[in-house]
Amino acid sequence: MSERTIGGVILDLRNISLSFGGVKALTDISFDVREGEVRAIIGPNGAGKSSMLNVINGVYRPQQGQIAFHGKTRHDMDTHEAAAQGIARTFQNIALFKGMSVLDNIMTGRNLKIKTNFLQQAIWWGPARREEIEQRRKVEEVIDFLEIQHIRKTPVGRLPYGLQKRVELARALAAEPKILLLDEPMAGMNVEEKQDMCRFILDVNEQFGTTVVLIEHDMGVVMDLSDRVVVLDYGRKIADGLPDEVRGNPEVISAYLGQAH
Amino acid sequence: MFYREAGQYKTSYADDGQIFPIRQDRYAIAVLLLVAFVVVPFTASAYLLSGILIPCLIISLAALGLNILTGYAGQLSLGTAAFMAVGAFASYNFVLRIPGIPLLLAFALAGMVAAFVGIIFGLPSLRVRGFYLAASTLATQFFIVWCLTKFSWLSNNSSSGIITAQPMQILGYTFSSPASKYLLVLSIVAVMALALKNLVRSNTGRAWMAIRDMDMAAEVIGFPPMRTKLLAFAVSSFYCGVAGALYAYAFLGTVEPDGFSLDLSFRVLFMIIIGGLGSISGSFIGAGFVFLMPIALNMFFGATGIHMPESVKSNLEQMIFGGLIIFFLIVEPHGLARLWQITKEKLRIWPFPH
Repeated sequence: MSERTIGGVILDLRNISLSFGGVKALTDISFDVREGEVRAIIGPNGAGKSSMLNVINGVYRPQQGQIAFHGKTRHDMDTHEAAAQGIARTFQNIALFKGMSVLDNIMTGRNLKIKTNFLQQAIWWGPARREEIEQRRKVEEVIDFLEIQHIRKTPVGRLPYGLQKRVELARALAAEPKILLLDEPMAGMNVEEKQDMCRFILDVNEQFGTTVVLIEHDMGVVMDLSDRVVVLDYGRKIADGLPDEVRGNPEVISAYLGQAH
Repeated sequence: MFYREAGQYKTSYADDGQIFPIRQDRYAIAVLLLVAFVVVPFTASAYLLSGILIPCLIISLAALGLNILTGYAGQLSLGTAAFMAVGAFASYNFVLRIPGIPLLLAFALAGMVAAFVGIIFGLPSLRVRGFYLAASTLATQFFIVWCLTKFSWLSNNSSSGIITAQPMQILGYTFSSPASKYLLVLSIVAVMALALKNLVRSNTGRAWMAIRDMDMAAEVIGFPPMRTKLLAFAVSSFYCGVAGALYAYAFLGTVEPDGFSLDLSFRVLFMIIIGGLGSISGSFIGAGFVFLMPIALNMFFGATGIHMPESVKSNLEQMIFGGLIIFFLIVEPHGLARLWQITKEKLRIWPFPH
C-alpha cells in the first residue's frame, strides 16, 4: 500500500454562482481540491451540494464563475469533456442501466477508451474482439477490487440496494478517473454496508491515488474519511477547513442545529 | 437434465463472451442453420418458400431494424414502413439508372439512403421522447409515401407510383426460382443478424442501451447522446431499408408506395413487442408469431372441418389473434424471447429443482 501524498491544487472553483430562474442555488462559492485528497462537501438539505457536483462535471452550467481543472480555466464544464478529462461520478439516486448486467454496466465505464468504430464492431473479428477482451480484463480488475465477482452476470435490477451502489462505484472506477465525485455513497445503507463502502473509498484513494470529492450526511463518516471539509448552507459557503476546525465552527453548528434567539 | 452447462468451464474472456456460451445452444443453432440452408431449399414446396418463409424472413429483418431503435436505443418509432419504402424505391432506382450495378451493392446503397433519411427524421429525437417522438416519426410515414406518389421520377414515371422490380442477377446468375430467392434472402438476413449481434455485444450496443435506460448517466459517463441516437436511427433505417429492397425484389416483385402503409409499421411494432424488445431472437420469434399465427389459425379451421361463412372465419381469426396478443402481454410483458429464456433457466435444473 502506497503512502498517501497530497499534491497541489487539481481542481479550483472560483466564485461559482448558479441560479434556476429566480432561485439561487449557489452563490459565489469558491473552493479547491488538492490532488490525492478526500474532500467532503456537507450541509443541510437543499444547501446546494448536489448542484455543486453537477457544476463540476458539467451537468449544470453556472451563470458566473470559473472552473480551473488540469491547468485549464473555463467558464463552465461540458459533460463529455469532464468525462474525457478524468472526472467520474456516482449519483444520489442510483443511476445504473437497469436493463443491463453488472458486467455490461461496468464495461460502459470504459467507453472512452474504446477506439474501434461501429463498423469494426459489427464485424467483430479482429480489432473489436481484441479490444473487447482487453477492456474486459481491466473491468475484471475493478470487479475483483470491489469484491463483486459473484454477481457479474446478474441484471442490476435484481440486486439489493447496497450492491447496486457498489456497482455504480465500479462503473465510475472503470473509467480510471483522476477525480471521483461521490454523491451520498452511503445514503440508505446499514452499518455494515457503510463500513464496506468506507473501506472501498479509502482503498481507492490510497491505492490508485484517486482524488475523491464526497457528499455525505453521516458526520462520523465525513470526519473520519475526509482531509478537508467544505460546508454549504442555502447555497453559500459558510466554512472550509480541516474536519476538526469545521466541527467547532459556530456558524456550522447553528446551520445544523438552529440558533437560539 | 440434458440442458445444463455443468463441466463447461470458461477459461478465457473470449470464451465467456461468445454469442452462445452454452454448448447445447451452439449445437441447436448449428442444426437450425443446417436445416435452413441445406434441407429446406430442397424439400420445401414453392408455396412454403415464397409464400411463407421468404416474407417471414424479410419481415424479421425489418423487425430487427425496429428493435435496434426501439428495443435497444429506446426511441419509439412508427416509421418502419416508410424506411422500407425508401429502401425498395432506392434500390429500384439504383438498378434502373446505373446499368451493370451489382445487385448486392444496390441493396447496400439503398440501405444507406434509408439510413440517411433515418438520420434526418431522427433529429427530433434529440429534443423529444416517448409518445411525442412516435408522433414525429409518424410524419416520416406520411411524408415518404406522399413523396413517392407525388414525384413520379422516383417510380420511373409509372402511374400511381407502382414499380416492378428488375430480375435479381448476381454474377450472371438469375435468382428466379423460389429456392434460390429463399437462399439469397436467408443469407442476407443471417449475415445482418450476426452483424447486429456483434454490434449489441460491443460498445455501440452498450451505448444504445445506456441511453435507453438512463440518458443522463450515459452522458456523464461519456456517451455522446446525439451521435448515439442518430447512429441508432441510421443503423435501424439501414436494416429496414434492406428489408424493403428485399420485400420488393425477392417477395412481391411489384410494389406501390401505399403498400408501405402505417398498418405495416404497426405490424412490425407488434412483432417486436410480442417477440421481445431488445432481443435479436425476439425479433425473429415475434415476426414468426405475427406472420404465422393467422395462417396457423386458418389451417386449424380447415383441419377441424368446422364450417362457417368466410366472413365469420376471417373476423374470428382477428379476434383470436388479438386475444392471444393481450394474453402474451399480460403473462410476459418482456415478450416471447423472455419466456423462452425462463424456460431454458428452468430446464437447466429440471427434473431435480432442489
